[in-house]
Amino acid sequence: MEPLTSKKKVLEQKPLTLAERMYLPAIAKGLSITMSHFFKKEATIRYPEVEREFSTNFRGMHSLKRDEEGRERCTACGLCALSCPAEAITMIAAERKPEEKDIYREEKYASVYEINMLRCIFCGLCEEACPKEAIYLDGPIVPSDYLRKDFIYGKDKLVEPPLNKK
Amino acid sequence: MSDKVKVTIDGITVEVAPGTSILNAARQIGGDIVPPAMCYYSKLEGSGGKCRTCIVKVSKGSEKDPRPMPKLVASCRTTVMDGMEVMNITSPEVIEARSGVVEMLLINHPLDCPVCDQAGECDLQNLGYEHGLQKTRYEFERRTFERIDIGDKIQLHMNRCILCYRCVFTADQITNKRVHGILNRGDHSEISTYIQTAVDNDFSGNMIDVCPVGALTDKTFRFRNRVWFTKPIDAHRDCPTCSGKVTLWYKGEDVLRVTARKDIYGEVEEFICNTCRFDKKKTADWVIEHPTVISDTSVIASNHYDTLKPLPVIQPNLKLQQANKVELEKTTKF
Repeated sequence: MEPLTSKKKVLEQKPLTLAERMYLPAIAKGLSITMSHFFKKEATIRYPEVEREFSTNFRGMHSLKRDEEGRERCTACGLCALSCPAEAITMIAAERKPEEKDIYREEKYASVYEINMLRCIFCGLCEEACPKEAIYLDGPIVPSDYLRKDFIYGKDKLVEPPLNKK
Repeated sequence: MSDKVKVTIDGITVEVAPGTSILNAARQIGGDIVPPAMCYYSKLEGSGGKCRTCIVKVSKGSEKDPRPMPKLVASCRTTVMDGMEVMNITSPEVIEARSGVVEMLLINHPLDCPVCDQAGECDLQNLGYEHGLQKTRYEFERRTFERIDIGDKIQLHMNRCILCYRCVFTADQITNKRVHGILNRGDHSEISTYIQTAVDNDFSGNMIDVCPVGALTDKTFRFRNRVWFTKPIDAHRDCPTCSGKVTLWYKGEDVLRVTARKDIYGEVEEFICNTCRFDKKKTADWVIEHPTVISDTSVIASNHYDTLKPLPVIQPNLKLQQANKVELEKTTKF
């Protein structure tokens, strides 16, 4: 191939000086740089024991919210699944029974609510589509796992823990 | 007056038979200039004039009397005159009045679209989306009712009703005995069966289809799925009582719901009987025709992709495979 420019850098190789030939000063210099890093602040952290602070608009794992009275907000309207560009969300709706009034807020609720975390691209559109403020991507980074089936998160992992009743 | 009369709607002139309503004349032109209608139903005699969403401005009464009509008129109840000039979407006055009408219709509406089964194919939802405000100005308590089962498989959510009278006309005109109607007057009006008589006519299920909102819903479809996750497919069967031409709403291989076929104005083409609607929910009961044509703007059309594999309904059925041969060959090319 022809060179694209006419620029040429001529490499000059001067003979090494005595100090350079001894190598030891260079080794000492290099080691001192290495040693100085022992006393500096670490650049890494011990994830997952230690976690960095996320920015306020970080989008992590989803959580299904409860209202002030501890009832599940989700009413299985399907707008999150509709807006999801990766089609990661599926749900099955069910009708609330009269005795379940303090578990679910609306007369319809999601009996099954699954998010495939491998499909999810964490775009946050579900959050925006939700008319009931029921889903937020406010969790941590989704942990790794070995099997694909374990990435399908059901309600057991997604719903917020119930409020502590006083 | 046997000749056709000329009427201009939003600058588009059309010739229609005398006695046609402005709304129907507009529908003959089609497109954006057709006023929306919540209560008027072309298949039901006497319907219309209740909801006022179809109001238009008549800027020129007729050739003989060119004075404009003093107020906005309901286009479903006003017949055309020769040389009449009508303004619908070109008149800001109409647009403003219509958004006022929408606000009125929504006064007592609970806006529980996330729960409602009609969401996605609801006329009021579409209307509110186009003309409604972002939030309500109504500060008082909305009237509430318990939901009741007015028929074996029909549920009435009176909260959502906008009192369009369509279901009453349906019961009057396509069944021989009407057992439900509007009780009380004015603000207290409600649809009910009065004495707890269940609506059990063989054609009563059509009330569900004519209802522009989610007031009358199919109990067999209640909370089963959202409309936009199901795929509508036209099908027919030999029915002794009705035409048997329906739309099947599929989710995977299951028929979740059967409805009559609807035209672009959301009106059913042919009324179907309850047997077709509620009892025949197997693919084997039907002769599948083709996917229902859905407008691109409808939410039902979203997330429907062309699948490279034939639909699960078609796969095991040799007959359907034969019928869809051309389409299937297209997909195997890729």
